[in-house]
Amino acid sequence: MNRYAKQRLFGAAVRAAALLVVGVMVLVVSVTLVRGGRVLLTDPAIVVTPPGSRYMLEGTGGFLHAVLGSVFVVGPATAISMVFAVSTATYLQSDYSSERFSESVNMFLNVLWGTPPIVYGVFVLTIIIAIGAQTSLFFGVVAIAIFQYPIMTRYTDEALRAAPDGVRESTYGLGATRFESARMTVRAAAPGIIAGLIMGFARGIGDAATVLFTTGRSTRMPGGLFDAATTLPVLIFDQAMSFNPEVRSHAYAASFVLTVVVLGLILVSKLLAGRYARYTPGG
Amino acid sequence: MTDTTESLFQRARAGRLGRRLLAERLSGYWFTAAGYLAIALFAAITLLLLYRSLPILSEYPLVAMLTSADWNPAQNSFGFLPAIVGTVYVTFLSMAMGIPIAVGAAVYIAEYAEGRRKTLVASFIDVLAAIPSVIFGLVALIVVVPFVGTYVAPAFGGGTAGVGIFTVSLVMAIVVTPFMISLSVESLESLPDELRETSLGVGATKFETIRSVLLRAAGPGIFSAVLLGFGRVFGATIVPALLIGGQTQLPNSIFSTGQTLPTLIVNDFGELMSLPLTQSALIFVGLMLVVVVWLFNFGAMLFRRRLQRRWQY
Amino acid sequence: MNETPLETDTLSVTYTGDREIEAVKGVSIAFPANRLTTIIGPSGCGKSTLLKSLNRLHEIQQHVEIDGDVLLSGDSVYDTDEPAPEIRKQIGYVPQTPTALPLSIYENVAYGLRIHDDYESKADLDEKVETYLRKVNLWEEVHDRMDAPGAELSTGQIQRLCVARSLAVEPEVLLCDEVTSALDPISAESVEETLEALKSEYTIVMVTHSMAQARRLADRVVFLYLGEVVEAGDVRSFFEDPQTERTRQFIGGPTPVDPGSAGDTTEAEDASTAAELAASSPPEES
Repeated sequence: MNRYAKQRLFGAAVRAAALLVVGVMVLVVSVTLVRGGRVLLTDPAIVVTPPGSRYMLEGTGGFLHAVLGSVFVVGPATAISMVFAVSTATYLQSDYSSERFSESVNMFLNVLWGTPPIVYGVFVLTIIIAIGAQTSLFFGVVAIAIFQYPIMTRYTDEALRAAPDGVRESTYGLGATRFESARMTVRAAAPGIIAGLIMGFARGIGDAATVLFTTGRSTRMPGGLFDAATTLPVLIFDQAMSFNPEVRSHAYAASFVLTVVVLGLILVSKLLAGRYARYTPGG
Repeated sequence: MTDTTESLFQRARAGRLGRRLLAERLSGYWFTAAGYLAIALFAAITLLLLYRSLPILSEYPLVAMLTSADWNPAQNSFGFLPAIVGTVYVTFLSMAMGIPIAVGAAVYIAEYAEGRRKTLVASFIDVLAAIPSVIFGLVALIVVVPFVGTYVAPAFGGGTAGVGIFTVSLVMAIVVTPFMISLSVESLESLPDELRETSLGVGATKFETIRSVLLRAAGPGIFSAVLLGFGRVFGATIVPALLIGGQTQLPNSIFSTGQTLPTLIVNDFGELMSLPLTQSALIFVGLMLVVVVWLFNFGAMLFRRRLQRRWQY
Repeated sequence: MNETPLETDTLSVTYTGDREIEAVKGVSIAFPANRLTTIIGPSGCGKSTLLKSLNRLHEIQQHVEIDGDVLLSGDSVYDTDEPAPEIRKQIGYVPQTPTALPLSIYENVAYGLRIHDDYESKADLDEKVETYLRKVNLWEEVHDRMDAPGAELSTGQIQRLCVARSLAVEPEVLLCDEVTSALDPISAESVEETLEALKSEYTIVMVTHSMAQARRLADRVVFLYLGEVVEAGDVRSFFEDPQTERTRQFIGGPTPVDPGSAGDTTEAEDASTAAELAASSPPEES
């Protein structure tokens, strides 16, 4: 085979690879949306209906408990994780720590990012056992926050590093303290930080392995911070293994909701980033 | 600024500057604490899991547990070999299926696609990287499982259940491909155009340029992408739990049902609270996952540094 | 006001990173009140380092050591109980790259006033913002869009905004670090005009690598070479009657410049000639 034939073959191969990936993705999304959409069209109320007493067995009622559970677990977790992520990332800038220190912390962050979510689930479960507590919404928040922390910190750190040096020099030159200067740098890096926030939220709301062992897989409405709860991914996981077709069909409806939320989040992040970019120095 | 914090508190009452300096001091303490959080988390996870694994480790010899195929917590036999073999199979198979596709698609996006089609394909793949893996598992139940059960497995002499190691590997390859593509595209696109021009300028074809120059120069980045994919497959929980069949036995073919380390935890979770030794054994599984992923990551950092030196441009 | 609000006393600045480099070597200069002093010299000769050490701005970097002292109206800038932010409030700094803070135009100017709480009321703040925007000739251009993001202005406007922002906290001395080098010629001219108008009211220290700019703007010139002051003096005598051979080389060729034609030759000067000169300097100097 001559070089040019090889070249054509290679071109065809990479096109085929891309086509395959896109095709599979279209399949996954359309199956979710069509199947879930069909269920939701016949009975849209299941999203806002609390589960019946034998929901997982007979599919009576809806899965409002999981929708609320997702909101109450991932919302606070993202907020808490964000505070820590921005604080850590600020400390990693040259105003606060040496290059060596921030390099080694970044290494740990990368490793934590690559750690399987189930490890965080087991870790928090081990804490629950050690202190003799019960699985609850609260520990779901803790587990998801730990899971999101390395992701959001890496994004924030990169955003802060990309912020123009002029912001630091200007603020210091006006007599700002290190803290005041850092606040302005965070503002200047807002688009990148928000992208990290949304990525963290999207990863958090889609993860099942961290909350599987920590929130209690409840089938009732969440009753409080220290009450058992469940989230959408866990619910889908539980429903998918059900023998009742009615319950399984709810899994597609829940997947529809989850997919729309995640896709919506990404859209929102792009729009928000554009809005903030107006204020970002250096165009 | 060597004032003690108490004297700063006193100054804070006196005026604006004092308050600002106090805020600076206190925020400094907070940031310092936050700066060490990643390391503290790392240490806390390792130590707590290790501490809680001690009961099982002191009860049975480590090597015996890792090489025993007999997993039956109710009878106090803790052989991790089936789950380990299952994990190795799944990881190896899905990386074998995923890497060529991911690199090929990345090359297409970075080097072949242009204009709107490129933006479309790239953003499509980025968006799909964010879809929760449980959804892939769910769709696989009605698409991949029948497909494998009806066509693929019988063709290779496997069973017709459709669930099992091969199915999990195929679905995990699909789950991690978008991640690997995004990162690989990033590192290919960060290469300077001079590299392409130099190679094309000596008469190399596009294929030769990509193979001998671009894929090498982007090697460290692609390597990171592959590593990320590896970590995700290795620690994957939900997809295997849905699709592997949950039989704790040594798999006799890639189409047989089995168990991976994470699914071991998921399946025996119910018993975990009650039996202290089982609890310890499952926490030990968590420790194994952590240790392997972390060893791989630290090893990869060193390897990556070597790659960067050898394939630098 | 003190005749020399700012002076350095055998000031040395050493970088103590991987390699120890003494960037500024025992410099003693006085910056007279209400005059614009330029520090000129080839790239990498310690101009910016010297400038940043005047208000302790280098302290935001790691591995920098200071010897000697800087005196602000006779009081030490280093050996003092005053925290660094207070020093920097009195000695303002305008960075090289025009940087609008991620705030509105109004809030950019108000930023310093707000952090120092240097205003009585909202009306007072409005008035101060207007005053300083007028001082840099920006008011007419932006008064109808004060809530627009500062980053939406042109680079020349942003740089004038930066000057207004620095002036608003009423510093005793203003440090400008090559404030026109990142600008196109037209924007640079607008900033130069602003500085020209301000220099009789403020004590300004400006780093530049452009000989022509120093000649146009400066009252006094300090020639820094490899961290040492080669020559300092009044702008006329500096350019027309340089005292050292090195200065003569730097400002325009090996022979003493004929006063009549000096303008033409130095207009063409720029950083590249200066850099070449630095590169070809005799080895015993480095």
